[in-house]
Amino acid sequence: MKVTVDQDKCVGAGQCVLLAPDVFDQRDSDGVVVLLQEFPPAELHDDVRQAAQVCPALAIELAEQ
Amino acid sequence: MIAVVGASAAGLTAAQTLRREGYGGPLTVIGDEQHMPYDRPPLSKQVLSGAWEPSKVSLPSTVDDVDWKLGVRAVGLDVGGRQLALSTGDTLGYDKLVIATGVTPRRLPFGSSLAGVHTLRTLDDALAFKAELAAARSVVIVGAGFMGSEVAAVASALGADVTVVDPLAAPMIRQFGPWLGDLVAKLHADHGVRMRLGVGVSGLVGSGRVSAVELADGTSLPADVVLVAIGSVPNTAWLAGSGLSLTDGVDCDSLCRAAPNVVACGDVASWTHPVHGMRIRVEHRMNATEQGMAAARTLLGKGSPYAPIPYFWTDQYDVKIQAYGTFPADAVPSVAAGDVGTGRFAAVYVADGRVTGVVGWNLPRETRQLRARIGEPA
Repeated sequence: MKVTVDQDKCVGAGQCVLLAPDVFDQRDSDGVVVLLQEFPPAELHDDVRQAAQVCPALAIELAEQ
Repeated sequence: MIAVVGASAAGLTAAQTLRREGYGGPLTVIGDEQHMPYDRPPLSKQVLSGAWEPSKVSLPSTVDDVDWKLGVRAVGLDVGGRQLALSTGDTLGYDKLVIATGVTPRRLPFGSSLAGVHTLRTLDDALAFKAELAAARSVVIVGAGFMGSEVAAVASALGADVTVVDPLAAPMIRQFGPWLGDLVAKLHADHGVRMRLGVGVSGLVGSGRVSAVELADGTSLPADVVLVAIGSVPNTAWLAGSGLSLTDGVDCDSLCRAAPNVVACGDVASWTHPVHGMRIRVEHRMNATEQGMAAARTLLGKGSPYAPIPYFWTDQYDVKIQAYGTFPADAVPSVAAGDVGTGRFAAVYVADGRVTGVVGWNLPRETRQLRARIGEPA
């Protein structure tokens, strides 16, 4: 799984950090998403998928093989 | 066949969830706009300001094998016979139904036919308003809620002379109460936007095109363009006579069910929140996604009581206000992180001895962390 984030679309909701704190963080200044792991390990994939689904800006894209 | 009526965020999410959770049968999505699903929050922000090309609002609509019926409205529902009546004159039989028809901006009882008087809900609304805003000198915004406040910020940044009118004492007071409302009022004053608070609008003046807004106290405000942002009404007129309960949008139970084999989600749906124990309807972007998922799961027999912690936000000037939870009128705010004086803070709202919500002002990380306190004793 490869994760990409669109920082321009991100609205700083923090839902991704709540669901997968090892993969996503927020910038301190404006809350915009920061990607911690571009290729998260398999045990985090479900959490990352859920984060991508609930993101209110749909700013997380997943490429799965 | 599963039919989804409504092709915006909630309807799209419901359709995506149905496929993701294994529904392999026929799926039809009906949308009254010609556009494929798109995101509405940027309309009053990045689209209006010109920061984004309009095409950037499109939502990734990758759903396998969907029959999209766009530019088509549902005009009637026969719950017992499982049939939809469409604006094309056709009827459409279904096995299960998702209602996600959203809301329509409320209008003033006068002046709607004057040129220059706008509401803002759709992409077409936003582009029409943006085109007129570019040449406007005097802009009057009726309503100081989220929409009115956001648009005031954009319009003033574009160089217009902006006045916001609201019968209540502060902007966004319905959402956050007077304490935060006064801070928002100051933010706008600091940017040169006038707020005429505590006074209603009594008329829109003009011959053919609006030229002024008359207030109940006798004042007349010159206006080249007017935005009416006084809330919304759920799109349920097409359900009259269907037998569905429609006291607040489409009334659902805690699993988003409006009737056997019928669920509703998004702005149009009210439901009994299992934690709060009362019927609520949430017109926020996050809820469209979460409730779209919940409603779809219910249709597939995988439902569970829908008990979200609502999240919503607004961007005005260089301020991002974020909110988790609920903000009852009797809840008392207190600063829990940061400092109001520095322009970065978060406040918890407490009612009946418990934290009901958290609001942050340019303090996203701490605000998110305070979310964990919602429901706890203060």
